[in-house]
Amino acid sequence: MSNKKKDYNLNSPSKFTDEMKTIPPARRLTAQEKTQMSPLQAMVASYGLPRLLITGFLLVLFILTPFVDVDLVTQITNIINRFSWNAVLVLAMVPMIHSGCGLNFGLPLAIICGLLGSTLSIQFGFTGPLSFVAAVVIATPFAILLGGGYGLLLNRIKGGEMMIATYVGFSVMSFFCMMWLLLPYSAPTMVYGLSASGLRPTISLDGFYNQVLAGFLEIDFGEIAGKLGISLGALEKLVIPTGSLLVFVLLAFLMWAFLHTKTGTAMTAVGSNPTFARAAGINVDRTRMLSVIMSTWLGAIGILIYQQGFGFIQLYNAPNNLTMPTVAAILIGGASVNKASISNVIIGTILFQGIVTMTPTVMNSAIHMDMSEVIRIIVSQGMILYALTRKVKGSK
Amino acid sequence: MKKKNIPAGKKALELVRGNAVPIMFVIICAIFIPMAGFSPSYLLNEIITRMGRNLFLVLCLLFPIMAGMGLNFAMTLGAMGAEIAVILVADWQIWGIPGVVLSMILSIPFSALLGFICGTLQNMAKGREMITSYIINFFINGWYQLIVLYIMGSIIPIIHASIMLPRGYGIRNTVSLLNMRQCLDDLLAVRIGGVKIPVFTFILVGLMCLFIIWFRRTKLGQDMRAVGQDMDVARDAGINVDRTRIISVVMSTVCAGFGMVIYLQNIGNLPTYTGHSQIGMFCIAALLVGGASVEKASIGNAFLGVILFHLMFIVAPGAGAFITGDSMVGEYFRVFLSYGVIALALIMYEAKKRMAKSKAGRELAEAQKEKEAAE
Repeated sequence: MSNKKKDYNLNSPSKFTDEMKTIPPARRLTAQEKTQMSPLQAMVASYGLPRLLITGFLLVLFILTPFVDVDLVTQITNIINRFSWNAVLVLAMVPMIHSGCGLNFGLPLAIICGLLGSTLSIQFGFTGPLSFVAAVVIATPFAILLGGGYGLLLNRIKGGEMMIATYVGFSVMSFFCMMWLLLPYSAPTMVYGLSASGLRPTISLDGFYNQVLAGFLEIDFGEIAGKLGISLGALEKLVIPTGSLLVFVLLAFLMWAFLHTKTGTAMTAVGSNPTFARAAGINVDRTRMLSVIMSTWLGAIGILIYQQGFGFIQLYNAPNNLTMPTVAAILIGGASVNKASISNVIIGTILFQGIVTMTPTVMNSAIHMDMSEVIRIIVSQGMILYALTRKVKGSK
Repeated sequence: MKKKNIPAGKKALELVRGNAVPIMFVIICAIFIPMAGFSPSYLLNEIITRMGRNLFLVLCLLFPIMAGMGLNFAMTLGAMGAEIAVILVADWQIWGIPGVVLSMILSIPFSALLGFICGTLQNMAKGREMITSYIINFFINGWYQLIVLYIMGSIIPIIHASIMLPRGYGIRNTVSLLNMRQCLDDLLAVRIGGVKIPVFTFILVGLMCLFIIWFRRTKLGQDMRAVGQDMDVARDAGINVDRTRIISVVMSTVCAGFGMVIYLQNIGNLPTYTGHSQIGMFCIAALLVGGASVEKASIGNAFLGVILFHLMFIVAPGAGAFITGDSMVGEYFRVFLSYGVIALALIMYEAKKRMAKSKAGRELAEAQKEKEAAE
């Protein structure tokens, strides 16, 4: 009798083992499995085939550079630069993946918070580096407010986060398309000249916070060589935006530290198995909400850092253009729908931005055919598709 | 029996709640139409044209909903298949009705193949079919661009330079279909007081509706609905779930291909790289405006949705200009409404699913308690 009766008590051992079974197996293989495979197989399995292909492709591009008259050092400078623009945006994916909310296709929402910060900062008359600080300060309450609402929504629709996030992102973005036209902005650098109202699609940041982080402690090898009166050869073209990288390192470290606190561990538990987490006494909804707010805030800061590197604020439909590359980047780094680490962020951003930077120049010089856009689409969407169809128990 | 006892007021309230989205759109249209200041005959003409253009595409969304796979964002694949077929037919210079028919026939293998890929991938991602179909969309779009922009003309022979880019390979941004323009619409067209009714196109749409009604009653249609209700139960009943789901997606994609040919012959030119990008979104929004939800949609929803959605679409810029003095606001507003209605429908669907789940859980717990008490 007692054997047949199903046990609904969460604390009983049988339920516990049942729940444990649903936790996805770790990606790292056991030692025994490893010995059974050939070394090559083991490497492929632990690194992931798509990631291996992408890395290989990037390596081929690097090897090709001298043969097609492309300057390698300039390319590396570009990759470092682009890394510094995008890394924080990619980092913004981590908390939501950890708490089981899946890939944050609602990134436009976070970007809108950042855009509000940057436009209002300019509107209130801040200039120079101070405008960046003001933008961060102004963006923060918006991120907490909108992120909180977004978190509330996502808590009510567990299981369908990704699709809804996509369309919530779109809706908010198109709503703000109207707002950019209707809100009473008046700063002459931002509005249309003729009607003196409505924000322009692209706003230059010269005189505001253009390169404010990148210029901080910047290491320009060309300049150093000039000062010391020595020749560094090709290395002279290397420029490192130290400030931006330092900010990323700081935020990444904070994220890493947070994930190792009690709350951070709870977040991972919620992502791995909500039922088990609830049984362990974790407030699932609150943890998820926290992760969404964190993600939104990081996204807002991320777009500000992107802007200071890029030198322009892009409004209207522009936020949409960043979603897919960002999601693809973290997946290329080896993250899955419910698992991500800081190293995934770093590796993914370097690989993805490497391909984005290298393909147009190398391809153009090699075969006089610019297929970079098509390759970028296929690589990034293919990566997302691979992650979605992998047999891992996802955000359910 | 129970319904008789419900008072009329409550009944009306239920009706409003069940059809909140269509009613909202009726109100929006009612406010916007006078603001935009279009003449009734112009509006009627536009609506009829757009119905002929879009209805077939919207109807193809019904199959995956039947099979419980949600809104098929990957109907764009069918559109891409049709576009490749239309490019080839335009290159062979086969125009008029034969051109349209040939395009439709030629689109079948492309659409079916893409639909099969899509269905297989969706089967690998059960529980998140919609986001997967949404991404497949972009992924296949990459391949489409690769084929049309680089392979056509260099590997696939393209005879006529007029549709090719000046560099010698790849297809131009717009392919003129002037000799195919509205040839289906003009067949049997009737004019009533300045309003042109494309009778033949409507006959095709009617045939599609009849096909859907008939299909629902076939064995396969019943299987599809069973799979849509509950996959596990259907599997236990001996239905090949994966196969049924793939068939529903393939049917949807192939029909979307036909729909796209109808759409293109109405427009009269083919925007090679942008033609398909918004199709899925607009068709889904239209269906949802008609009162459909993620798990339930009827032919009536499709008709009502196309009328209301496109009415809003026509009048929104004018109304926006009337209110704010800037027609761009109206343009953004209609895009906002299209995205918003999809977001709303998805949220309602997931919330309802969750509520049903927790209700089932509660019932189970109570049954358990009763059982324990009895013991």
